[in-house]
Amino acid sequence: MTGPGDRSGSDAARGVTAPGGGFRKGAFGVTGSGDTSGFGGLVRVEPGGAVALHSTERPYGGYFDEVTDALVEAVGQATYDAAVHRVLVDRGEITYFVAREHLLPLVQALRDDEALRFELCSSVSGVDYEDSGGPAATPGRPRLHVVYHLTSMTYRRRIRLEVAVTAEDPHVPSVTGVYPTADWQERETWDMFGVVFDGHPALTRILMPDDWDGHPQRKDYPLGGVPVEYHDATIPPPDTRRSYR
Amino acid sequence: MSTTYDPVDPYAGSYDTTEGRVYTVTGGDWDQTLGAEAYGEERLVVNMGPQHPSTHGVLRLVLDLEGETVTKARVVIGYLHTGIEKNTEYRTWTQGTTFVTRMDYLSPLYNEAGYCLAVEKLLGVEAPQRAQTIRVLVMELNRIASHLVALATFGMEMGALTGMTNGFRERELVLDLLEEITGLRMNHAYIRPGGLAQDLPEGAVEHIREFLAVMPARVADFHKLLTGQPIWQRRLKDAGYLDVTGCVALGVTGPVLRAAGLPWDLRKVEPYLGYQTYDFEVPTADTCDAWGRYLVRMAEVNESLKIVEQALDRLEPGPVMVEDKKIAWPAQLSLGPDGMGNSLDHVRHIMGQSMEALIHHFKLVTEGFRVPAGQVYVPVESPRGELGYHVVSDGGTRPWRVHVRDPSFVNLQATAAMSEGGMIADVIAAIASLDPVMGGCDR
Repeated sequence: MTGPGDRSGSDAARGVTAPGGGFRKGAFGVTGSGDTSGFGGLVRVEPGGAVALHSTERPYGGYFDEVTDALVEAVGQATYDAAVHRVLVDRGEITYFVAREHLLPLVQALRDDEALRFELCSSVSGVDYEDSGGPAATPGRPRLHVVYHLTSMTYRRRIRLEVAVTAEDPHVPSVTGVYPTADWQERETWDMFGVVFDGHPALTRILMPDDWDGHPQRKDYPLGGVPVEYHDATIPPPDTRRSYR
Repeated sequence: MSTTYDPVDPYAGSYDTTEGRVYTVTGGDWDQTLGAEAYGEERLVVNMGPQHPSTHGVLRLVLDLEGETVTKARVVIGYLHTGIEKNTEYRTWTQGTTFVTRMDYLSPLYNEAGYCLAVEKLLGVEAPQRAQTIRVLVMELNRIASHLVALATFGMEMGALTGMTNGFRERELVLDLLEEITGLRMNHAYIRPGGLAQDLPEGAVEHIREFLAVMPARVADFHKLLTGQPIWQRRLKDAGYLDVTGCVALGVTGPVLRAAGLPWDLRKVEPYLGYQTYDFEVPTADTCDAWGRYLVRMAEVNESLKIVEQALDRLEPGPVMVEDKKIAWPAQLSLGPDGMGNSLDHVRHIMGQSMEALIHHFKLVTEGFRVPAGQVYVPVESPRGELGYHVVSDGGTRPWRVHVRDPSFVNLQATAAMSEGGMIADVIAAIASLDPVMGGCDR
């Protein structure tokens, strides 16, 4: 979890940290020579490092402290400590990184507790933090993240839960028992990322055809494009184009 | 190529080809179907769609019927999946706008606004005041157009064909305005990260005011044509029942939730783009059925007209793109004698006056700007409900992940809850009252 020494405080506050370096500076990726374009203060993380690995310290600010206190009270300090291994406040949004074993009691409390009342599961989506190189691509790294956005209509609050699993063991308990709306969204996440939601009533593909191979939104899914000739120029398929990293 | 005919099943013969085994299904084997009698004579499985005029695009329903009563409704989607979320990962942040606008094709400006608000939140910038006001203006015009299509298709599916022709006629007025403002009737790519593609053209404000003068009478015509009509009422009342508990459990938002009595409108409860400063009501109904949803949409058209008028009144001259030249799209468009093109002033500036401007133009157009790493979730109130953008950046010039919580996708899950136990004719009413757009649902 060591970042480079020149990391500025504001970047840390934004949550821009990655394990073992993997940083680039500058708006246009220019280093060494004079960066005439300015914006040289921008620190970016190498692919796969989009998730900050540090934890925000209390107080979180806003209603985040109230929600966290109510959550601790609802599930008990021991369960909370075991379930939530990291909390990140970034751009006015709070993310709880949750261990999958404890996801269900947590969402049950989040929905039912009077002080929490997250009645609406707005969105369930997957993110693949896979990378082809660098420290982020360590085998066994939990690259598949399932992200839940919960909304409290009573208190007008929003929080985010994130569960990370490895591609080798992509099992996450299904929250459809608590939030029936997660049904199709979990099917989509299975379809696109290959995350298996244990306990889902009918985990089948939803957007891709039933007999499709692979999970298209994984980063290592081959796109299979062909070069296109146009006006005597050849345009390569999207995944092999110059990418300005 | 070997052609060994398989004589076992005369109605589904198969033979091997170099491409694999090929089956020829001829049907006509009803008498051989085994085990059908166990389900009783009345049970009938009807496949509706995906190509059916009253399923709102390529939506497929598999209905189990007992007589005319639906005992089970299954929804099959995915026929319009185009991989837009994946595509955005291979384009710049600016190009993302042109992709997301094509998802929910009846409310393209909401897709753009939601996406751009998410990118701006990641960047930590805010569009200038004039750009925000124009965003509200075009979004509310778009809401009117979208609701008019909802009402038009509603009419068509219920057999009120004049409702359809009127709805599409009125919508055309809005599309003409949007074409004048953005250059395109649909898929505008008008709202960009940091502001707008261009300012309002001359004459647009006057034309919008003319539209505002005409439209209330057209809405009144709609009420005369449909609202008081007994057939229309009896088709819609008590059809597709879903109460607040059901809506929240199934994640249903938008007019469907408001027709169940909960005044949940993100423009009010989590205002963005200055919606808290506009004076408008959140129409609700307490009928929980298709009739209430129809009334809510009609009332929302009127509220949107109010917002458009207020937005016009508060338009102040000013920039429509952020000042930051590291983000603002550099090219300036102008209407030349040969149609739309780059502004000559801009070309003169970058070619003759400023090397910096040329570099910025080149860099931003070819590789785009970088967005600091992180993730955000930005919801906006689209005509169909909560349209949420979960956008992840790794700090590069392309999105790492764009997930769209599309209201059509989530709301369609309520089909079974709304239809099972009812008549098959009410299935059409239930789905029409959800107003799903398959482009947004399947993305």
